[in-house]
Amino acid sequence: MKIHEYQGKQILAKYGVPIPKGQVAFTVDEAEAAAKKLIADTGLPVVVVKAQIHAGGRGKGGGVKVAKGGAAEARTYAESILGMQLVTHQTGPEGQKVRRLYIEQGLDMATEMYLGMVVDRDRRRIAVMASTEGGVEIEQVAEHTPEKILTIHVDPTVGLSAYQARDLAFGLGLMNYGKETVAKYVRVVTSLYDAFTKEDCSLLEINPLVILKNGDVVALDAKVNFDDNAAFRHKVWTELQDVEEEDPIELEAARAGLNYVSLDGNVGCLVNGAGLAMATMDIIKHAGEGHGVAPANFLDVGGGATQEQVTKAFSMILKSPKVKAIFVNIFGGIMKCDVIANGVVAAAKELGLKVPLVVRLEGTNVELGRKILSESGLAIQAATTMADGAQKIVDAVSGGAK
Amino acid sequence: MSILVGSDTKLIVQGITGGAGSFHAKQMIDYGTKVVGGVTPTRGGEKFEGKVPVFNTVAQAVKDTGANASVIFVPPPGAADAILEALDAGIELVIAITEGIPVMDMLGVRRVLEAMQAEARAASRAIPRLVGPNCPGVITPGQCKIGIMPGHIHRPGNVGVVSRSGTLTYEAVGQLSALGIGQSTCVGIGGDPVSGMDFVDVLELFQADPDTHGVIMIGEIGGGAEERGAKYIKEKMTKPVAAFIAGTTAPPGKRMGHAGAIISGGQGTAEAKIAALTAAGAKIAPTPSDMATTLRSMMA
Repeated sequence: MKIHEYQGKQILAKYGVPIPKGQVAFTVDEAEAAAKKLIADTGLPVVVVKAQIHAGGRGKGGGVKVAKGGAAEARTYAESILGMQLVTHQTGPEGQKVRRLYIEQGLDMATEMYLGMVVDRDRRRIAVMASTEGGVEIEQVAEHTPEKILTIHVDPTVGLSAYQARDLAFGLGLMNYGKETVAKYVRVVTSLYDAFTKEDCSLLEINPLVILKNGDVVALDAKVNFDDNAAFRHKVWTELQDVEEEDPIELEAARAGLNYVSLDGNVGCLVNGAGLAMATMDIIKHAGEGHGVAPANFLDVGGGATQEQVTKAFSMILKSPKVKAIFVNIFGGIMKCDVIANGVVAAAKELGLKVPLVVRLEGTNVELGRKILSESGLAIQAATTMADGAQKIVDAVSGGAK
Repeated sequence: MSILVGSDTKLIVQGITGGAGSFHAKQMIDYGTKVVGGVTPTRGGEKFEGKVPVFNTVAQAVKDTGANASVIFVPPPGAADAILEALDAGIELVIAITEGIPVMDMLGVRRVLEAMQAEARAASRAIPRLVGPNCPGVITPGQCKIGIMPGHIHRPGNVGVVSRSGTLTYEAVGQLSALGIGQSTCVGIGGDPVSGMDFVDVLELFQADPDTHGVIMIGEIGGGAEERGAKYIKEKMTKPVAAFIAGTTAPPGKRMGHAGAIISGGQGTAEAKIAALTAAGAKIAPTPSDMATTLRSMMA
């Protein structure tokens, strides 16, 4: 789960990470008022107007502007950014609509750096990465100048040791800013690590982490992603979630307890199990190569779905205008084939089946499932294997509805 | 012979009085698995299905029943605790079915497990093992089923199956059984980013098991477990390995159902895994429908 920069900063501040003064704004008036207040509070005329969307690269896309001319200039920037369709390297070409702004005090920076934390699954540790190359895409740094990224691995049973944070500080050359800055940097890394583990983050990125001219270390940005599995112990996450940033179909699926990912193709897929669902996409793409046939979605109804969930899942596929055929691929384990069959029939009868439907059923209660489908009166093509099903799908789409 | 589980496995079920735990405990008993006890804190003294004793703690269950394996159906908030309790009680094989355990919890469990394994090696004791979480479990057909897989699709035989995906394992087993090829043991290692046994650990056991003559290995996008498996296959494995990697068409940055199935920062792509396995001498099934026939072509 992703949250906005301003929300991330509020969390980090609780752990003692220094952040600039700032305020969220949902309207241009609120933005101007926030700018006025910041200027009065800090005694400095510079404020930054920042678009709040769940994607990086906002500055490059025109979503971050520095207003040096007071609250009126901040208002002008707020007018241009709020409501814009912000395109960055992470949003895709259609961009993301800006609905919230963060108005922040301007700071006297000496340099911009990078600090990030992530779970290193292969080492079973938390990787902390630091670089002098801040304010740019860290992927680019990793690709072109990997030697500029310093990494330490923290054993979660022991936690971060001060020497590890010092290693980073010295490695980044922070002694050039004085030993006070080294101490401040160590405190920031320690606080961030604390936040990472206690808040169940899957990613925590400060880009840039800035060194001010007075030697202070401040988080100028905050990208915070949470581990969805830990939602049960963070009730506050439901308040932090911004549903307008989510894909509406994926959100609808998640609320129904389904795993759904939208794709670019034209074949709707309903499958049980994540691995089988991925493999089903793969085999459709394999068989459909050169015929303009590709999967329209990843959909895993899970191992223990109810008939209602299956009906919901099938309805979502039926409603998608890009779907030209549907492949239901089930290997029943805990999931019983008759439950799937009943769910499919219920949805198809309610919404009407206007595209070819290929069903492959195998496993628990398969005979009962097949019987329900064949007695439904629906135009269903039965497939014996995944490969057979994929071929029937390709024939149906490329040969038109038969 | 087989690996990990067999007719001498004595199993306890942690979470035996819960919905999933009780349903699958019955299924496992029906299959012939020796379910010697269950654990649900505060329900000690009860009898499950009128015959299986329920205990308050794993330690008590082990003391009274001599259990050497445990399967965990405890919901996510208490699942890591349940795994640690089982390991601490001296259970040699812990199989965690639970889906949705926080990564932070599993990092701690995994580090504790690694320390216990190092101690066991140093003392020449049996090494404690964890399978899963977020997995279907382990089955040695005809002898012992631990987990949630449909038992009836399996046949006893000589092919080992190891997989990160539950239903794709059933798919492979279904294909094998349809060809008249039985299985020695099928191990679901689970779809989480941080878990217990890796491909390498299972491949080592299959390599050492005289009754396993070939292996189907099923991987998916995310992480580097397949690449580590490939390295083992190249250096140590003399038995044929057919492999399938799911997620060739998965978009980067999206979590595909499994918490661990995500391509991040260009790492963990299906292409890289397929290349590593091919270079190691494994044969890649061109589609998920060809897993069994691919292995058969290597064993003929």
